Amino acid sequence: MQPFSYKKVGQADNAVALVAPDTQASYLAGGTSLIDLMKLNVQTPQQLIDINPLPLSKIEMHANGVRIGTMARNSDVAYDGLIRERYPALSEALLSGASPQLRNMASVGGNLLQRTRCYYFRDTAFPCNKRVPGSGCPAIEGYNRIHAILGGSDRCIATHPSDMAVAMVALDAVVQTQGPNGGRSIPLVDFHLLPGNTPERETVLQHGELIIAVDLPASNFAKRSHYLKVRDRASYAFAMASVAAALDIQNGIIRTARLAMGGVGTKPWRAYGAEKLLENQPVNQATFQAAANAAISGAKPQKYNGFKIELAKRTIVRALTTVGEMA
Amino acid sequence: MRLRFRRRRFGQIAIASTLGTILESVRSQALAQGMSQSHPPVSAQSPDCSSVVDVKLHVNGVEHALKIEPRVTLLDVLRERLNLTGSKKGCDHGQCGACTVLIDGRRVNSCLTFAIMHTDAAITTIEGLAQGDTLHPMQAAFLAHDGFQCGYCTPGQICSAVGLVNEGHAKSDAEIREQMSGNICRCGAYPNIVAAVRDVLEGKQDAAI
Repeated sequence: MQPFSYKKVGQADNAVALVAPDTQASYLAGGTSLIDLMKLNVQTPQQLIDINPLPLSKIEMHANGVRIGTMARNSDVAYDGLIRERYPALSEALLSGASPQLRNMASVGGNLLQRTRCYYFRDTAFPCNKRVPGSGCPAIEGYNRIHAILGGSDRCIATHPSDMAVAMVALDAVVQTQGPNGGRSIPLVDFHLLPGNTPERETVLQHGELIIAVDLPASNFAKRSHYLKVRDRASYAFAMASVAAALDIQNGIIRTARLAMGGVGTKPWRAYGAEKLLENQPVNQATFQAAANAAISGAKPQKYNGFKIELAKRTIVRALTTVGEMA
Repeated sequence: MRLRFRRRRFGQIAIASTLGTILESVRSQALAQGMSQSHPPVSAQSPDCSSVVDVKLHVNGVEHALKIEPRVTLLDVLRERLNLTGSKKGCDHGQCGACTVLIDGRRVNSCLTFAIMHTDAAITTIEGLAQGDTLHPMQAAFLAHDGFQCGYCTPGQICSAVGLVNEGHAKSDAEIREQMSGNICRCGAYPNIVAAVRDVLEGKQDAAI
């Protein structure tokens, strides 16, 4: 691992002041993604600002919704009473990700910023447009079973690996940041970028801009929400396809719907078209199947990941069926 | 003839790869001990970036004053500096769980965290679980149920299981299995591991630390 200088800070202002002016500096939170990639020489920061002491780990009521501090650990959010009761899909998504040890370490802000599991990105022996812009994408011609069928470009087809972000996108989460020029509120659905011609740019964050919290608004659908993840083994694996679904049902009719997918898109994938097809429709299999077809329309499979189309559809129908049957 | 050639070639490859492993091991030990490399990649922007810093760690109730580089992981400090070799280096990427230790009672992968991050914490390794000659209840349960074969993953399994009990979220066997999923056992001792954890969870023995 390349050497780096290290400083632990207790205030967000100090952290931003240290990272913003130094393009080789990076925040260090839970470290489960960053340290892994530093060992692989995929990330080589020269200065790490350790933000673990920041007083930003509370999970509390905020404007009728819930505010989750950026340093709240994934496990603490997953088992929090407010989250389990009001946003069950988020708790389920967190518990379906990684392992208990990693969840005890990983932060909420870090989870949003975790990097793709594309094997070519993680191996510096290969070119990768995300790691070295302009060097090429071996995944497109190579082994691409785990890659995206939605949102890819001719430069990059890497999936976003987070489960948490998929549930949060469905629940209309908003990211709160602090930067050298003040703070911003960014809807999570607009936070991650499609790869396009610049796959090295993954979010709208500017260098030095620090995530301080994620807000979950109050809603009439969040309580009836569910996260379903399908993967190569029963636990401790990244999604082949996953679905966060939330429905507000009145007298058997869907009034509001939220649908997002993981494991299939280059960013946490909100299926707006499918949501429109669900709303004002009766709760039945025909409705769910129409939504599933719409969610995957426009998908572009690669040589080895065509199975994800049918898998994603079935995962959507099953997740919606579960939500429809929730009390 | 062909067989002999293949054998010799295999031998050469084996010797070369063994030498490579030894060299890598010497190099990483030197790094862990804060010795300078022959060509340290020093940055002009951060002149202090490979410097050794003073770090105090509390491990198994003992305070240790160390001089280490910030890039040294907690696992490497435990194994290479404190001679606490119970915590194992399996994958070194947080995927196998062999390095699991408890930090303030919570289980973590010690390979994916820098030692310097934990100066204010109480770190417990497998060596810190027993009270003198009295085994920790989880250790005793693993023995009673034969919860291992080769033993390489066992320190991580036991620390993880103690963390699981502290967390208090697992009750059924299915929940035990799910919440032990961060610890891989290539011998496949899983049924006996679940039985050991279940025994402790059912209050037969108090595993809190």
